[in-house]
Amino acid sequence: MSTCDRKGRPLVAVTGLGIITSLGRGKTENWTKLTRGQSGIGTIKRFSTEGLKTHIAGSVDFMLPAGFNSQQLSFALAEAVAHESLGQAGMSGANAFPGPLFIAVPPAELAWKIREELASTLPDHAPVTYTAMIQENFGKRKDILDVFSMGGVGDLVAQRFRTQGSPISVSTACASGATVVQMGVDAIRFGQTKAVLAVGTDGSINVESVIRFSLLSALSTHNDPPQDASRPFSHKRDGFVMAEGAAALVLENFDTARARGAEILGIVAGCGERADTFHRTRSNPDGSAIIGAINNALDDAGLSPDEIDYINAHGTSTPENDKMEALACRSVFGERMNALPISSNKSMIGHTLTAAGAIEAVISLLTIQHGLLPPTINYHEPDPAIPFDVVPNVARAQKVERVMSNSFGFGGQNVSLIFRSPP
Amino acid sequence: MNDVVVTGIGMVSSLGVGADSHIGLFDGKLQPVFDRHSMAPYPIHPLAPIDFDLLIPKKGDQRQMDQGQRIGVYAAGLALQDGGVLGDAEFLQKTHLIVAAGDGERDIAVDEEILSALGSASDRQVYFNQLMSKKLRPTLFLAQLPNLLAGNISIVHGVTGSSRTFMGEEAAGLDAIATMTARIRAGSVDAGLVGGSYSAPRLDMMLHLGLGGNILSGEPASVWARNERGGGMICGSVGAFLLLESRSNAERRGARISAVLGPVFSEHCFRKHGEVERCADDLWQRMEPSLTSSPLGIVSGATGAEPLTAQELGSFKHPRSRREIYVRATGTMIGHALEAVAPANVALASLALREEKYFAPFDQTGVEAHAPAPPSQIVVTSFGHWRGEGMILLRDARGDRS
Repeated sequence: MSTCDRKGRPLVAVTGLGIITSLGRGKTENWTKLTRGQSGIGTIKRFSTEGLKTHIAGSVDFMLPAGFNSQQLSFALAEAVAHESLGQAGMSGANAFPGPLFIAVPPAELAWKIREELASTLPDHAPVTYTAMIQENFGKRKDILDVFSMGGVGDLVAQRFRTQGSPISVSTACASGATVVQMGVDAIRFGQTKAVLAVGTDGSINVESVIRFSLLSALSTHNDPPQDASRPFSHKRDGFVMAEGAAALVLENFDTARARGAEILGIVAGCGERADTFHRTRSNPDGSAIIGAINNALDDAGLSPDEIDYINAHGTSTPENDKMEALACRSVFGERMNALPISSNKSMIGHTLTAAGAIEAVISLLTIQHGLLPPTINYHEPDPAIPFDVVPNVARAQKVERVMSNSFGFGGQNVSLIFRSPP
Repeated sequence: MNDVVVTGIGMVSSLGVGADSHIGLFDGKLQPVFDRHSMAPYPIHPLAPIDFDLLIPKKGDQRQMDQGQRIGVYAAGLALQDGGVLGDAEFLQKTHLIVAAGDGERDIAVDEEILSALGSASDRQVYFNQLMSKKLRPTLFLAQLPNLLAGNISIVHGVTGSSRTFMGEEAAGLDAIATMTARIRAGSVDAGLVGGSYSAPRLDMMLHLGLGGNILSGEPASVWARNERGGGMICGSVGAFLLLESRSNAERRGARISAVLGPVFSEHCFRKHGEVERCADDLWQRMEPSLTSSPLGIVSGATGAEPLTAQELGSFKHPRSRREIYVRATGTMIGHALEAVAPANVALASLALREEKYFAPFDQTGVEAHAPAPPSQIVVTSFGHWRGEGMILLRDARGDRS
């Protein structure tokens, strides 16, 4: 008899975790700094920000020597967190990983440096055109496909850890990291595999990305001091802070994991998703899609709202997101929101975009493991419209059995995950 | 395990708009359409004339999308219309969405202007920041995000059960179909909309593909006839979406079943020496137990790039050893459309099964023999230009009921 959840499906265990953020590398360093309320946000040094409105980010500059492109950094981050998670799961030996890879990656785009390289092959002073670049370089840069194809980073990770089958590269914008966890849960529940490597990675702080988000008025312009800029649920929040990072989770069929003597770090109890029809960058004002995602997660887990102990918020620090997330939480959890702790990791590590759902899933599981709630820092002027317990500024010891982690993306793609302590 | 059936076909290509405009492929009356100029010297298949207003009524919505997204949103609408559920809010709230998509088109003029100017700029980085901030349109970013094709489908058509986007060229199209099929088989969802789109006249993609030497220049030729010129793909504008349902869901609402899905395999091989052949052999071996001895249609996603196309052709010895096979490479007629290849070929194969017809040969090299009777089983193949190896079996809805 296999061990099943309340709906008779195979139970999905988490047996390995890996994380990198602007705070540092690995679970220990991240957890220590997160629970001390430390910020990883700083002034961008990777490129000149002269003329830009935003000069700050949570960039990861310690992974590679200078001069790397976003694809290379996204891969280096993914490789490192996958390695950490497999080590913890006791699967880092020479063997191939016994299941598929689901990976949340930023969309691949040719780096400007390479575009300039290609342009430099043209005769001096000739106007640079794409047609000329194609003809001059035709068939000469097959290496580009391996890195800058949309499936490039996922393919490299799959090769490195020898995962099974086609690696699936996912984009549900800022929910991507949660979607890969949900896809892993599906694959195990459907009996397609006993193990899944779920990774979210984002190394895309480059000048064009910063300008693009800036043009959408999504970024905080509170440049000085940088560590004060991300202030979820605060009255004067003015946008999110772009950040990099990655996280990996080894998911396993509970019985398979137990049979091989793996330590069970937690259970993925439920996943819920819902798409919005309202607008490309904003939620429906009635909150229906994010309420739907949260309710679907509770329903999938077979839990009532009263059984959630803590919420790891999406909490981006944009005026819109935090307002809508508060509305949705109020709608689902009712009066209980006045006491139910909810905090945003993004106050310290910024918004890691594609990776955020996976990073916050890892932090949710660490929260269960340590019985300590990471704070929402920079919380000095509460938004009167959001009178929640945001675990202000200082971490708090509290036993947690069930955590909900929310992720909402541009394009109206919303995912909510529920983790619980090991049985 | 639930049976998975195709109940809606949405298809847009250079040949026409809507599944029915591709029916001419059965009697050989349709000829491929080329645009030899806009990407010269590389020919492409342009999008057939289309009135986006018919299925994307708000101009504001159209403006927020790039051409690939408009094609995809339109094709998604066609699939819902073909399935009889367009505008059926109750059905669409329970319909799940998986889209295979790449980046939207960059602003080519801005890129070229910046690259031309950077050469002589004294402070390149400051100059770059200034130009970028000034020239980039704010909404362009949204048209470039891969997941915004799905986002726009939700907005325009109201599909909200869930929304996922897979990236990764041809593999993404295969994986989208594989994942949705698995979800329906497992009973996790009853209905799903799955597909992709590609707009061919895109210099940024032509650069990417050209760097790998994967596009054909000069006079067009059929997929199987490009070998002597070194091979290469001819890109085509395509939008292809499928409404997939559990058989019970389709029967409950009285939906027309176009085809029944068999195994969906999506593999991963590294294209080193001998790997493609090994992968193809392995896929045919895994497919064999699901095939009958009756004639088999093979709707191939062959790119025309070499040696890949020749390697796929060689692998047909496996199915041919047990039955008659009728190969058709759709790339000859509609071009290669990356993420949309597998959805388009499943759409065309489903159309053939539904109409009880089969495609006239697309090619004169002898690879594509005339089929005396329409096959009741069709394998869709994919060997993508870089990755994306897979096969999908479709059967007609009648034979499967026994």
